[in-house]
Amino acid sequence: MEVPILKQGHYVIASVQSALTDADLRQLREQITERVGRFRSKGVIVDVTVLDVMDSFAVRTLRDLAHMTRLRGAETVIVGIQPEVAFAMVQLGLSLKGVATALDLEEGLAFLDARAREHLTGGR
Amino acid sequence: MVSKQTPSAPRGEGPAPSEDTAGLLRELVAHLRQKRTALREEWARRITQAQLLTAMTEEEIFAEATSVYDNYVEALETGTFEALQAYARNLSERIIPRGVETHEVVGIVLLLRDVLARSLFAKYQEDFEKLNRILDAYEPAANRIANTVAVGFVQERERVIRQQQEAIRELSTPVLQVRERLLILPIIGVIDPQRARQLTEQLLRAIRTNRAKVVVIDITGVAAMDSNVANHLVQTVEASRLLGATVIVTGLSPEIAQTLVTIGVDLSEMTTVGDLQGGIEEAERLLGVKVVVITEAN
Repeated sequence: MEVPILKQGHYVIASVQSALTDADLRQLREQITERVGRFRSKGVIVDVTVLDVMDSFAVRTLRDLAHMTRLRGAETVIVGIQPEVAFAMVQLGLSLKGVATALDLEEGLAFLDARAREHLTGGR
Repeated sequence: MVSKQTPSAPRGEGPAPSEDTAGLLRELVAHLRQKRTALREEWARRITQAQLLTAMTEEEIFAEATSVYDNYVEALETGTFEALQAYARNLSERIIPRGVETHEVVGIVLLLRDVLARSLFAKYQEDFEKLNRILDAYEPAANRIANTVAVGFVQERERVIRQQQEAIRELSTPVLQVRERLLILPIIGVIDPQRARQLTEQLLRAIRTNRAKVVVIDITGVAAMDSNVANHLVQTVEASRLLGATVIVTGLSPEIAQTLVTIGVDLSEMTTVGDLQGGIEEAERLLGVKVVVITEAN
């Protein structure tokens, strides 16, 4: 199932609605990297609240997605990882090192806002 | 044992045991009833002599001995073990908290078996054939009774142990909120894989329900740490980060610090602060909270 990707101000928000196949994940990665450039976005939020399983392919794709968008000037935050999923991930040794994570959409937005402020004040 | 007439435990009725066995058991039971007082006293005396059940007074031992004796004889007579089983459970429940050990319970049942067998020897010493047949009837039943009581005791003990473990587990991992979005997890005692798992799950759930941004894990109360425990800690930190919470570990004792460096565990991913106070201060810094001391105007 395709993931809706919404533009919200300077950010792009992808809200996963159901379990994703490998093809869906690849498509998500490509669409987001493309849209980050088109919308000149500063941040990406991928909401995975509905996922109750994250396999190695999903984790790797999300990590790659984050690194790709960073190269195109946008910081990615993965939000809504369930406690059970987080636990399973560390048990399986699947890590999202170098990728920002937040509790939910609200937190993710707050994180990106804080980062943008940092950027502004740091530039002065 | 000369012949094996009763491979299964004898029952008072039904076609399985031969009439002969049932009759012998009846005779046996009558004998045991008749000698009840003497045998009971003998038994209690032997228990004290063998220094079993030292946690109980002599009167208590005698009272319990009486009940066990009656239940024992009844089980022999009816061939049903439910009443005895229930009694064994009940007895175990009462004596386990007083520190009675498994070997003592097995010991007293075996003593009773011995005492009764001796009285049978004494009674039938003239008639060796009869003694043989009586023992054939008695031994399987007695063994089964000993088995029932011992198993009942051990099961009860295991139940108590399980219950206590659960209680300890629930008590030992409180996740406390000290400030908006700041949680503290004080760990005390030994961390085994099972506890580490439970701890992590509990922490992750608390992070979500309290919407925590920072967690301080205080391990002052952890005496020793090896690479397994350290890895569990790293996993906990990583899993918390996936939920968007930063973890600060505090209270690493000098011994633990030395062990970790010596065995080469990589904790570079982890933020560590000396003590709990320092950890909370660091957490407040991360949360952007500042505590201002208000001096009394005087």
